Amino acid sequence: MNETLYYSLVIAGVLITLLTIAAGNIYIERRLLSVWQDRLGPNRVGPFGLLQVVADIIKIFTKEDWIPRFADRVVFVLAPAIILITILITFAIIPFSPDIVVADLNIGLLFFLGLSSLGAYSLVLGGWASNNKYSLLGAMRGAAQMLSYEVFMGLSLMGVVMMTGSFSMVDIVEAQKNVWFVIPQFAGFVIFLIAGLAESHRIPFDIPESESELIAGFHSEYSGMKFGMFFVGEYLAITLISALVTTLFFGGWLGPDFLPPLAWFTIKVFAFIAFIILLRAALPRPRYDQLLGFGWKILLPLSLINILVTGAILLSK
Amino acid sequence: MISEFGIILLYFILGFVFVGIALVAAYFIRPSHPNAIKNSTYECGEIPIGEPWVRFNVRFYVIALIFLLFDVEVVFLLPWAIVFKGLGWFAFIEMIIFVVILLVGFAYVWGKGDLDWERPKPYIAKLSDLVIGKKKQ
Repeated sequence: MNETLYYSLVIAGVLITLLTIAAGNIYIERRLLSVWQDRLGPNRVGPFGLLQVVADIIKIFTKEDWIPRFADRVVFVLAPAIILITILITFAIIPFSPDIVVADLNIGLLFFLGLSSLGAYSLVLGGWASNNKYSLLGAMRGAAQMLSYEVFMGLSLMGVVMMTGSFSMVDIVEAQKNVWFVIPQFAGFVIFLIAGLAESHRIPFDIPESESELIAGFHSEYSGMKFGMFFVGEYLAITLISALVTTLFFGGWLGPDFLPPLAWFTIKVFAFIAFIILLRAALPRPRYDQLLGFGWKILLPLSLINILVTGAILLSK
Repeated sequence: MISEFGIILLYFILGFVFVGIALVAAYFIRPSHPNAIKNSTYECGEIPIGEPWVRFNVRFYVIALIFLLFDVEVVFLLPWAIVFKGLGWFAFIEMIIFVVILLVGFAYVWGKGDLDWERPKPYIAKLSDLVIGKKKQ
């Protein structure tokens, strides 16, 4: 029983940290975007505008949260909860440092792939339950996009699994002691990053939301806390993708000795978060057929070739 | 002793509790003043016409079917990727054969134009094609 309590406290700590980081990401994104766009960004609330996040949270809690009368009530409430819970749970397998791993599953990567495909339900159910034409179109686009990019995501990770011979995230990090996997698995890294961005439907792959044509797509009928959940879910997804790229391709907590492992992990993760925000500032949104065509016609053959070449090289050693 | 999967279960439960607390707290804090205009479907101020559950492009369905095929492939590749070092060249060549068979199907889908959103116009057979002695156009 004591052990259950201990783990509950650890998990609650991890969850609170994650939600804080996600809320902090909103601030970081707004500040960085404004730097890249020659603006000031939020700088009024508190020192450097740091309390802007708190103000946003208070606002989201006190906004009228309206369930449309024409919507499917149960599914409507369930949809934003699904995306938040699936992404939060995926963090259980991430090794933050040699000592801080919530659960070192021997099927870690499979666990991640399974939960990331559950995320598609959130879009489809949310869009369908909203009972709105734009939402339905957004949900359909989102479903096709997430299904397509899930295939490449699974295939791009295969190279890492082959080099390690294990699905466990801790084993994968420890296998990178000599050389980070980004060098032998560069194609896998690029495909995984693109697929990860498409899975978290971030700009430039935010076609399910695309506010200029679908007015926020699958969540146009959402307001208040439920909208906040979709919003925080998106920022958690960025953090998750950054953490996974760090763990799988950039050596996780590994780094020179003058900093503790957790610091190395954090630095790498935030570097990738900044990179993803830069992508948002730099890239336009592709057309929908271009997105799917690019995935199926270029990424799929590329990831298969990557697997076969990796296998041939590993066997001939 | 809690197993790794027990911790995951605990994590599941706590995740649900966290999200539940957020939803319930917001339920008690938020105001609620519905009116007729708020209760209409949001379509940029226009009065919505027709069913909201519109027909959508059948292309989405085809994409889902292709996804099913390739996701099964991923499922088959995963256990192979773990043990292929022990199995050696024999398993590797078998995997190449499997991937090639899949790529033939992929080429078929591609050639049929199912990966393009704008599909080439299908040839619809006419009655005159069936007349014996006349060649297909």
